[in-house]
This record gives sequence, structure tokens and C-alpha cells, in this order.
Amino acid sequence: MTEITYRSKPSGTQLMRKLSSFRSFVVRLFRENPLGAIGAVVCLIFLFAAIFADLLAPYGFNQIMPSNRTKPPSWQFWFGTDHLGRDIFSRVLYGARLSIIIALAASMLATIISVVIGIITGYLGGKIDMIAQRFVDAWMSFPDIVILIVVVAVVGPGMLQIILVLGCLYGVAGSRIIRSAVLSVREQSFIHAAQSIGGSNTRVIWRHILPNIMPPIIVLFTMRVGAVILVEAALSFLGLGVPPPTPTWGGMLTGSARNYMYLAPWMAIAPGICLTIVVFSVNMFGDALRDLLDPRMSGTR
Amino acid sequence: MGIHTLAGWYPMVDNIIEVEALKVHFPVRGGFLQREVGPVRAVDGVSFFVQEGETLGLVGESGCGKSTTGLAVLRMLPVTSGKITFEGIDITNFDQNEMRPIRRRMQMVYQDPFGSLDPRMSIGDIISEPLEIHRLHNNKADRRDRVTELLLMVGIRLDMIERYPHQLSGGQRQRVSIARALAVEPRLLICDEPVSALDVSIQAQVVNLFQELQEKLGLSTIFVAHDLAVVRHVSQRVAVMYLGTIVEIASRDELYASPKHPYTKALMAAIPVPNPVLEASRAHQTIDGEIPSAQRPPSGCRFHTRCIHVMPICSEIAPELRSEGNSSVACHLYS
Repeated sequence: MTEITYRSKPSGTQLMRKLSSFRSFVVRLFRENPLGAIGAVVCLIFLFAAIFADLLAPYGFNQIMPSNRTKPPSWQFWFGTDHLGRDIFSRVLYGARLSIIIALAASMLATIISVVIGIITGYLGGKIDMIAQRFVDAWMSFPDIVILIVVVAVVGPGMLQIILVLGCLYGVAGSRIIRSAVLSVREQSFIHAAQSIGGSNTRVIWRHILPNIMPPIIVLFTMRVGAVILVEAALSFLGLGVPPPTPTWGGMLTGSARNYMYLAPWMAIAPGICLTIVVFSVNMFGDALRDLLDPRMSGTR
Repeated sequence: MGIHTLAGWYPMVDNIIEVEALKVHFPVRGGFLQREVGPVRAVDGVSFFVQEGETLGLVGESGCGKSTTGLAVLRMLPVTSGKITFEGIDITNFDQNEMRPIRRRMQMVYQDPFGSLDPRMSIGDIISEPLEIHRLHNNKADRRDRVTELLLMVGIRLDMIERYPHQLSGGQRQRVSIARALAVEPRLLICDEPVSALDVSIQAQVVNLFQELQEKLGLSTIFVAHDLAVVRHVSQRVAVMYLGTIVEIASRDELYASPKHPYTKALMAAIPVPNPVLEASRAHQTIDGEIPSAQRPPSGCRFHTRCIHVMPICSEIAPELRSEGNSSVACHLYS
């Protein structure tokens, strides 16, 4: 006997239905992809910590305690203190706020730009594609960091600038991946079928192309989150990131931590581990999402 | 006289579609500057008509332009020259917006049952999509009723409505494809090798379904296929294509009983006979050589390079399609 996947639609209002489909999604996430579920939970914990940093942090992020400089982790200072006597745990919490905001916002922007350029050039093809792709070639031939340095030098360092520049930078580069995905989907006969039925371009793109290129979009997004956090760290290292004393993980990792590597390794270890965990869990969650959204991968057959 | 459909009253026309001297050429670009080096003449002067409620079989070997003809009739490919008249309206130069209301009246069933259904949509959504596009059943419950009706019509269990294409067999997918095409009550169905990707046992089921539906709904069909047995089963008239032209067009019985064109004869001879004794004793007339390039078709009659009855005139003058009774043939042997 094969298992029948047909489920009767729950009755009730639209909201109720949405809630129940969300609940069944969460159940499936935990049952079919526990690793992805762990990723989601960890992401949520970090998001929670970032949002409520004010309440959770035992000290201010710039509260200097000269008598407690470079103290190792202890009950009083969970992650130790840095060379100025600031509590690293508190700084990591506040840093999460900036790092996660930058990472999510820039990745989101980058993904949206990639999808828009990729779909327009891939679906319409022809001359538009030719011109847009030569533009992308030109854009990608500049080293990322050089563009960043120029922009920051002109408009000054700050969170918004970093988000916009990284978003555009990765967005244009990622459009190639989306475009190739669109090209392969466009040639399938269900697209032809939708057109021959009389579906408009907008409809074909929204209902057929977009859902079918979700896997590369999700992978692109999760990869960008990691990349943005690391580039932000590089920028902070060059002194072009969010200006101190505001903590970001990248800044904490690469700033003065290098000078105290032997004396107080925890200064780099704490933000480094957080960074790794966030990047890893976003990737895990992204993979799980990709599998769960694909009807072909669903467990019941 | 007229016909009542969901969308209202339509005047009765004898020929639902008429195609005159249709040419579809694809430009081939090559060389350093991507210059045009001459077209591929995929369809080169094809004329036929399909009557109300009739099935026209379109047969020929791979690359002869039969699928291209189907797509051009559907206006999914740019037409180089010629005229396509659908229900008395000249649609040759319609753009995609003008075609939209026409698309409701002519639908297509595809060859590949795996690729022609969106893997991310459930069966119910796939079938109701044409209804949404043409705004036929505007509320959800009505649409669902129509989808249910269509599923019953093509013989798919109703609990499949929530399933996805990958959970269906090839035959079931093709049934869904047919249901999607029939959803908007078209008058003309263009079937591009609808059964050639299926197992033989399933082919029979789907072919029977086609006939049943056609009788029930009074559909006109252009049935593109390379399987002569299937075409014989479903069509009233059959057109044989070779290298972008129609070489013979005749009523089914006429064509299968007494093929005239040497190419048709060779095709008929290639149908295996089920009786092994007869099959072994049968004289095989085979065609030598390869189908010539559609970019540089032979002069005169296109079949003269492979024809066993070739005459001097064949390489000089292209024979016209001449009708005689129920059949038309383009061959100098009959003129």
C-alpha cells in the first residue's frame, strides 16, 4: 500500500490555514531535516540575542574597566575582557546586532539584484542579455575590495554604505548564477506550455520560472551571508568598516585582537566562533529550506 | 448554424483552420560577424486544412518539419510567409496580445510528459492555470469543480489533485496534460507526438482517450506523429511530410490502402507485419541515404535524391500537389 499524501484542506479562515501550514512546515523541518532545524534554532537564538542585546548584556559595549584588562573567561566575564577592560560577551552581543543586520540586509539586497538581473537577461535574452552581460563582465573585472575602498573613501564609513555597496557588488556578480538557472528552466516544455496557453511574461516568470529557480536563489543567499560577514571583517580590519568603538564581529576579530593574540587569545576566539556558528547554521537552514520547498524531495511518496 | 460553448456562440465554419503556403525559415548565423548564412527551411510551402471535428494526422521522419508546422499554426514560432486562417480569422500576423483570446480556442498537448508539467505545481493547480489565465471560472470553488470534472473526463483519480507531477506515471501525466489543454474548451487541439514517449500499452490507452474525447467534444485535431499505426488509428485524413513539404495528403483509408507517392509507399512498407511468416516473406522496399539538409534542399522534387522512380524532370521542376478524388499527391509520376 502506498501512502497517500492527499490531505484535506483544513477549514477555517485564511489566517488559520496559513498558521497550520506554517506549523506543518516546522514539523516537517524537524522530522525530515534535524540538522537544518538546529541551524534554524541557532539562527533564531543569535537573532534574539542581537535584538535584545540591551537586556542581555551584563555590561555596556564600551564600558571600560581599567582594572580588568585582558582577563581570561570567568564567571564574571564569560568570554573574558579585552585590552581596554571591556567585557567581550557584551561586545559580542552588541556586535551580533550590527553583523547580522549587515549580513542579512546586504545578502537580501544582493539576492534581489541577482534575481532581477538574472531573470530579465535570462528570460528575455537577445540584445538585452548581450548588453547586460557585458556590463556584468566589466563590473566583475574590478576587485571587490577596491570598489569598497573607493566608495567608503568618498562617502565615509558606515553601516548603510556597506550594505548598499556589498549588496550591489554581490548582486551583480550573482546574477550570472541566476541567469544560467533561468536559461535551463526556460527551455523546458512546461514554460512553452504556459506561453501557448496564453500566459503573459509576468505570469510565466512569477508562477513558473521563479519557483523553479528557488534552489540556486536560496544557496546564493546563504553563501552571501557568510561572505558579507567576512568582507565586513576585512573592511573593519582596514579601518573602513563601521567606525569604533561600535563593536562588529569582524572588527573585534581583526582589530586589536591581533596584537594580543598570545596574551589574550579569547579576544579573537569569541567573535570568531560566533561568526563560524552563524555562517554554518545559516547554510544548514538554507539547505533544509531548499529541500523542503521542493515537492520532489518531500518524504512521503 | 453555430456552436454553443462556455464563451458563447460561434459561427459554424467548415474549415476550422486553413493553412496556405506556410513557410517557416530559421535564420542560421555563422562566421566571425554572425552574418546570416542562409535559412533552414524547416517548413517550406505547406498547405492544408482541418475540418470541424476532424483529425488530421501529420506524419514524416524526424526533422521533416511536422512539429514546426504545429507550432507555427499555434503561432508559437514566427511565420516567414504564408497564411493561417483560424475560424475564419487571419491570424498570421497577430502579436502575442492579439493571440491571447485565440489561444483559448486552440490548445496543445506536448510530447514529453515529464517536461511539460511544472514540477512545482500540484495537478490541481496545473489544470486550473488555463482557467485563471482566461478568467473562466473566477471563484476558487468553481475552478475546483471544473478541475474535478476534467480529471474525471481523462480518468485520473480525484485524490491526485494535490499530488505533484513527479508522483505520477508517464501515462497519468499525459492525461493531466490533456486535461489542461481541454480546460478552456478549445476547438482545435494540436498534439505534438503525444504518445511517442509512452509505453506501448499506455499508448493504446491514451490514444483511446483521445478518440473518446474527440467524439464527445467534437474537437478538431492536428495529430503530429511518426508512428504510422497510431496515426491510422486516430485520424480521418493523413498528410505525409518530407523535408518541409507535404508530399501526399489523403483520407486515411485511401492513404493506407493505396499510397501513391514513392515516399509514402516506402513508409508504408516499413510498418512491420505482426505475422512473422508474412513479415519474412515480404519484399522490403527501403529508402537509401540520409534525409538531405533543410538548409540546402535538393532542387526540383525534394525526394528525388532518394527516390527509386527518379526521372530527369524530378531534379528540375518541383511537382505541385495535385488532387484526385480523396487524395492529393505531389509527384511527377501522377501528372
